Amino acid sequence: MIRFEQVHKRYPGGREALSGVDLQVDAGEMVFLTGHSGAGKSTLLKLIGLLERATMGQVLIDGRNTAGIGRRQIPAFRRQIGMVFQDHKLLHDRSVFDNVALPLIITGMAGKEIGKRVRASLDQVGLLKAERVRPMTLSSGEQQRIGIARAVVSKPPLLIADEPTGNLDPELSLEIMRLFARFNEVGVTVVIASHDLGLIEHLGHRRIALTDGRLDGDAHGS
Amino acid sequence: MARRPMAERKSRRPAAPKRKPTKQTRRKKTPDKSNNGGPLSVHGGHHLRELIGSLGRLSAQPVSALMTIAVIAIALALPAGLQLMVANGRALSGQWDGAIEIAVYLKQDITPAAAGELADSLRDDPGLGSVRVIPADEALEEFRESSGFGAALDALTENPLPNLLLLTPAEGHDSAEAVAALSDRLRKELPADIVQADTEWVARFHAMLDVVRRVVALAGAMLALGVVLIVGNTIRLDIQNRRDEIEVTKLIGATDGFIRRPFLYSGFWYGLFGGLLALGLIMISLLALEEPVRRVAGLYGSGFRLTGPGLAGAGLIAGPGAALGWLGSWLSATRNMRRIEPGN
Repeated sequence: MIRFEQVHKRYPGGREALSGVDLQVDAGEMVFLTGHSGAGKSTLLKLIGLLERATMGQVLIDGRNTAGIGRRQIPAFRRQIGMVFQDHKLLHDRSVFDNVALPLIITGMAGKEIGKRVRASLDQVGLLKAERVRPMTLSSGEQQRIGIARAVVSKPPLLIADEPTGNLDPELSLEIMRLFARFNEVGVTVVIASHDLGLIEHLGHRRIALTDGRLDGDAHGS
Repeated sequence: MARRPMAERKSRRPAAPKRKPTKQTRRKKTPDKSNNGGPLSVHGGHHLRELIGSLGRLSAQPVSALMTIAVIAIALALPAGLQLMVANGRALSGQWDGAIEIAVYLKQDITPAAAGELADSLRDDPGLGSVRVIPADEALEEFRESSGFGAALDALTENPLPNLLLLTPAEGHDSAEAVAALSDRLRKELPADIVQADTEWVARFHAMLDVVRRVVALAGAMLALGVVLIVGNTIRLDIQNRRDEIEVTKLIGATDGFIRRPFLYSGFWYGLFGGLLALGLIMISLLALEEPVRRVAGLYGSGFRLTGPGLAGAGLIAGPGAALGWLGSWLSATRNMRRIEPGN
């Protein structure tokens, strides 16, 4: 599903975020990216979502070389990937329902179908009752679950999350990670960047460690 | 979202079983069918919803929206008002064109009787409308009464005035050029000292109108550019304010077209309302000018009345307004949206 071949990423200013990364994630896998902040986890995820481009090397998603994806093709490409962020990136001027519906609205889906899918998605994260409220009125953990609902509502084959539990206490973090695991169980490929080593080991999935932009360990979980 | 079922209900009506499949019903059916849940109808409903939604957003910031609309209105009202003045000027000169007179001052040795014969012969001329003879004596009498030089004229031993023929060109021969040609011909054919056709002022008036018209065109072009820039700037600020939203929609895979659309609708509304307000300003100006113009026209013995822009003219103000608003927002949105890329 994801393949990195000798990927380098250098940001303007000279900082080398990734150097010579080779990586393969198969469809249906659940993978944690670990490492200190600045180790290159976020950059790696950004290369997958085409928020950044590799300076050197190749990034292949679902067999497709992302270097060949032009500006105009990016929207269609991104619709295949559900993204979850540490800061949720919800729109606070509209309801939870409208936030979750956004990925469907941009595809021009009919209203009835949108309603069905949004409620199914909210139900999966356990927040069906919150559909009419504004995200601001929810707790941080609940907001992150809304973010996840939005990421999965269009049923993308690939889900990537950058520090999704960064602001949450351990109990809520575990809950969020279990939610990701549930999506993985139904076939979604999941890649999560997190520095919460204790939590990750407890969950027991494949762990890829990054140190200063280099691969520094690839442990397959139980 | 309640719109969709309604559209479906509507579309079912033409397909009622009892109706004969005449050409007309069939033609009606086809477009409705495509409305039956296809992607087109989704987009149609979506566009309408966004069009109205963007109107709602304008009304969420009424003061700034009204300011923008007022500036657009003034920028549109200026050239449109000037254009209207030019149109009225042309109408006015059209009234004057019919009143062109050619004065033929006959030589002193032509007797009133000979003048009358000349006039009779000219009445058959196809290039001429009316022919009037003013004998020298009659002219002197009129001059004595109206000028106040009665006593001085009494001192003259003989009438210094010539016999005069007043001619008007036939209808269709009253352009400045035709009248000039006609007076040249008369100068050659008639025993006249002076043939005077006062067409020059008509020509000058038209020339001035042409200058004004050019000025209006230039001002119009500049102010149209101004409208594009005003709307563009407003949309730029709007985009800055909604940066987060644009970033998020880009993240989840929205196309540029999708992101741009609400801004285009905003620009359209700004332009349209600006145009309508401009129309209002012009109508108020016309109302304010109507009475004074009528008085001036009355003093010159003319029944001239100001004419408004009319329905077509109103369309020519509001239409370009909306189009310029659309253009301004398109340029601004396309340019400013590109700068917002998620992930940085």
